[in-house]
Amino acid sequence: MTLKEIAFKNLMRRKGKAAFVLSGLIIGVATVVTIISFVDAMTNDINHKLEKYGANILIVPRTDSLTLTYGGLSLGGVSFEMQEIRQSELAGIHSIKNARNIAAVGPMVLGGVKINDNRVLLAGVDFKAAGILKPWWKVRGGFPDEQGILLGAEAARIIGLGVGQTITVNNRPLKISGVLEPTGSQDDQLVFARLETVQTLLNKEGKVSMVEVAALCTACPIGDMVKQISKVLPAAKVMAIQQVVKGRMETLTQFRKFSYGISAVVILIGGLVVLVTLMGSVRERTEEIGIFRAIGFRKGHVMRIVFLEAGILSGLAGILGYLLGIGGAHVGLRLFSGSSTPTIPIDIEMFFGAILMAIVVGLVASAYPAFMAARLDPNDALRSL
Amino acid sequence: MSYIIAENLFKEYGNGDSIVAAISNINFKIASGEFVGVMGESGAGKSTLLSIMGAMNSPTSGGYIVGDIDVYALSQEQQADFRREFLGFVFQSYHLVSYLTVLENVLLPLTTVKAGRKKKQAMAKEALASMGLDGKFHRLPNQISGGEKERVAIARAIVNDPPVLLADEPTGNLDTKTTHEVMELFQRINKEGMTIIMVTHSAECAEYTQRILRICDGRLLEEDKSVKKVSAQGFKKPPETKAA
Repeated sequence: MTLKEIAFKNLMRRKGKAAFVLSGLIIGVATVVTIISFVDAMTNDINHKLEKYGANILIVPRTDSLTLTYGGLSLGGVSFEMQEIRQSELAGIHSIKNARNIAAVGPMVLGGVKINDNRVLLAGVDFKAAGILKPWWKVRGGFPDEQGILLGAEAARIIGLGVGQTITVNNRPLKISGVLEPTGSQDDQLVFARLETVQTLLNKEGKVSMVEVAALCTACPIGDMVKQISKVLPAAKVMAIQQVVKGRMETLTQFRKFSYGISAVVILIGGLVVLVTLMGSVRERTEEIGIFRAIGFRKGHVMRIVFLEAGILSGLAGILGYLLGIGGAHVGLRLFSGSSTPTIPIDIEMFFGAILMAIVVGLVASAYPAFMAARLDPNDALRSL
Repeated sequence: MSYIIAENLFKEYGNGDSIVAAISNINFKIASGEFVGVMGESGAGKSTLLSIMGAMNSPTSGGYIVGDIDVYALSQEQQADFRREFLGFVFQSYHLVSYLTVLENVLLPLTTVKAGRKKKQAMAKEALASMGLDGKFHRLPNQISGGEKERVAIARAIVNDPPVLLADEPTGNLDTKTTHEVMELFQRINKEGMTIIMVTHSAECAEYTQRILRICDGRLLEEDKSVKKVSAQGFKKPPETKAA
């Protein structure tokens, strides 16, 4: 006979009460697991969606003057006359510590040209990177080859040309391979061609005017990445698009705070259920505790029995609560995220975290009942019967 | 030589004007291996005296010594250890733990004793066997008779072989036949060397003891020698038993 066996047998005897305590804790743990899993899944979902917003780091030449607005963002140092970034230096971006967080690097060279008497901004881009950096682009036609050009929606309207027609830029004929659907951004005003084509047209071989970098992910330390890129490109000015990052972080932080608040309340209620039920249980067991004390159990032994009971129930509640919580998160995601294939992986850390949390709550809540049980005077306990 | 010594024991309950003296100026000595009865009317202070002797109720004043141990000079936890190592209790209403089997109830006092599982099991089974409860190890208390419960309670009290057995009206709930069976068990245990102090109302039970401490209004009267009619083996033969 051990204290553990006494605790276990008492639980088996009082199945109803044990089930009540178990239910209280399971609901608490399941709610917390559901909320946290749901928030994590939503965070991943939001991150995934935000990644589609495109670039979040911009690299421009360092300068003391001249600004150009691009995409609604104020950029420093984009000028046709000024010093540009050497394209060969961009390889260094892939050697930074957080290089694996970089989704795409899109160099861009810019220059003013005349097309059909209209002065327009010609942008040379890497169309492969543009697929990641500008996922909202929809093209009527196709992306251009070395002899082609892509028109922004507004540029196409003003120039008055369409897909298949040829225009001459700096005495070089270029076939219009496609026209962008309106994006609502500055891209509508621009004409695009391959990076190498534009570099040749503008006599800027091996140079780029700016670089867009997509690096949005859950654990991307954008600030750190900006510093790392600045180190490898000392002549450039590297900026995080703070609006996107900060906005995302604030939203997630508030979402998390709210969910932790709800979790704390639920856990508190679970703890109170344990406390009240165990207090009742201790009162009912006055005789038994009196016997234990009379035959030589120390106060510590009596406390250990109560703690063991709470521990057994809490551990079980942790396991069941985790499983129920994961199930709840799946259902929640299906209902609220609109995704037909929600993904909530089995998280070992969260699994053990749930068990640990349940045990801590169970033990803390049972501390007072255990103390009361240990304080029972054996003589009073047996005489009162 | 005296094994148990009670000196000027007082126990008062309440405070201020409502103080009630449960026992006053109790003095006695009990030798090792004695079988002593404690008798008196209801409310005389028998149970208070027994609880003090059981290290469960501090006297208001006075000393209580078992062996060389001043019991109430011990801390509460040490008193628990003392109860475990020196005392066995048999209560009037058995006080068996309802959800534990007969064997597990007897194992209870060994729970906190450092010994191997097998040894503890052997000790408990031996104690139960000595009470004639072979084959009932795995029954629950509600599956055995009152006499059997009493014997389980006795087995639990003696399982760790304490030097002193305290019994509070151990036959109060039993019929005459079972009462005498239980008293014979007490006699046998006592004969094996255990000191027994038994609170009882029953004159028949008292006849099994070697001497009586008679209490009236919390005070110890002269020791009653009339029951010290011991047999050649040291004990009086039990009276004829009636059918249950």
